[in-house]
Amino acid sequence: MNTENTMQDKVKEIVKKYKGDKSALVAILQDVQDEYRYLPKEALLTIHEQMDIPMARVYEVATFYDAFSLTPRGRFIIEVCTGTTCHVQGGMNLLDTFERSLRINCGETTEDGLFSVDRVGCLGCCSIAPVVRVNDTIHPQMTQDEIPRVLRTYMAKRYGR
Amino acid sequence: MVKLVIDGKTVQAEEGKILLTVARENGIEIPTLCSHETLENTGACRLCVVEITKGKRKKIVTSCLYAAEDGIVVDTKSDRVLKVRRFVMQFLMARCPTSDVIRDMAANMGIAPETRFKPSEDGKTCIFCRLCVKACEDVVGVSALGFAFRGVDKALGTPYREPSPACIGCGSCAYICPTRQITMSSTENTRSICGKTFKMKACSVCGRYFAPEEQLAFISKKTGVDLEALSVCSSCR
Ligand code: FES
Ligand code: FES
Repeated sequence: MNTENTMQDKVKEIVKKYKGDKSALVAILQDVQDEYRYLPKEALLTIHEQMDIPMARVYEVATFYDAFSLTPRGRFIIEVCTGTTCHVQGGMNLLDTFERSLRINCGETTEDGLFSVDRVGCLGCCSIAPVVRVNDTIHPQMTQDEIPRVLRTYMAKRYGR
Repeated sequence: MVKLVIDGKTVQAEEGKILLTVARENGIEIPTLCSHETLENTGACRLCVVEITKGKRKKIVTSCLYAAEDGIVVDTKSDRVLKVRRFVMQFLMARCPTSDVIRDMAANMGIAPETRFKPSEDGKTCIFCRLCVKACEDVVGVSALGFAFRGVDKALGTPYREPSPACIGCGSCAYICPTRQITMSSTENTRSICGKTFKMKACSVCGRYFAPEEQLAFISKKTGVDLEALSVCSSCR
């Protein structure tokens, strides 16, 4: 099947789920982002056509929130907390080590599409600082020494399923 | 009708009328950048600040959003107003030092160019007032323009910075832009704006190129007037 068509169909389905309600644009974009790990241009165009919202508006919303990305994100998103507590506990050093190990800068994705690195504000669990979150898993009291092992675990997961 | 005092002058105004309008109708000047009579005010530039006294309280408000009330005393040039306005102007100067509109306004207020900040490399003079975006959406009805990203990365433009399929080349955005960030250029039979070049239509009577073909097609579709009838320029009609 032609990928363009399937993407269009998928997005149409998502729009339909919200009954084309214009105020649900953010929720729709979230679903699309979950599906493709970014917001493909094709998807935004489909949303614009299906929901009768100007493309300029869709683009405004899509670029406004950090949770959305216009470029493909990694399968594993590493969020290094640099909130006050984690910062004090060395969060920046963790970020640094992740960047160096993966050879990418914060906000970027590795070439194989496996990892993205981001810095975030307080994750709300300061008592176990410094914290790193990978997708939905929290890694408490992280140290730089643990980073290679953590990365290896996720690399293995790719082949796991 | 309500009665209020502006700069020591007692004036009458309809209740709910915007202060800025009342002041201007009474010949009192208030500097503005982001207010335009065809669009609703949004209070983006903050230059139109005035001080109002209501009972015992004094406060600074944006006159383009404040509705006239009975018994208030408005001062458009008090020391506090001038201080705030200078402050706002300094920010605008720091943001768009290359804009001649802003520079002239600042010079009029005796504000020297700010040397602490480097002008942005792309020479952008956008103050994010959104007038162009609103004109394109509310007045023209095409919505080709918008803002993208946010914070220091926020920028005005068409989606993906590509020529917009929605744009009809009417030039409203360039016309309404208070700082002339959006520019339009033309040759005899083309017009370029927002990264898109339009073919101009020649008047079927005098042969003068007078409007983008896409704009005429849009008007014809919107109003139901025959395209032929629209192919005559305004001076030959
Ligand atoms: S600062 Fe990192 S969890 Fe609070
Ligand atoms: S004119 Fe009132 S804020 Fe710009």
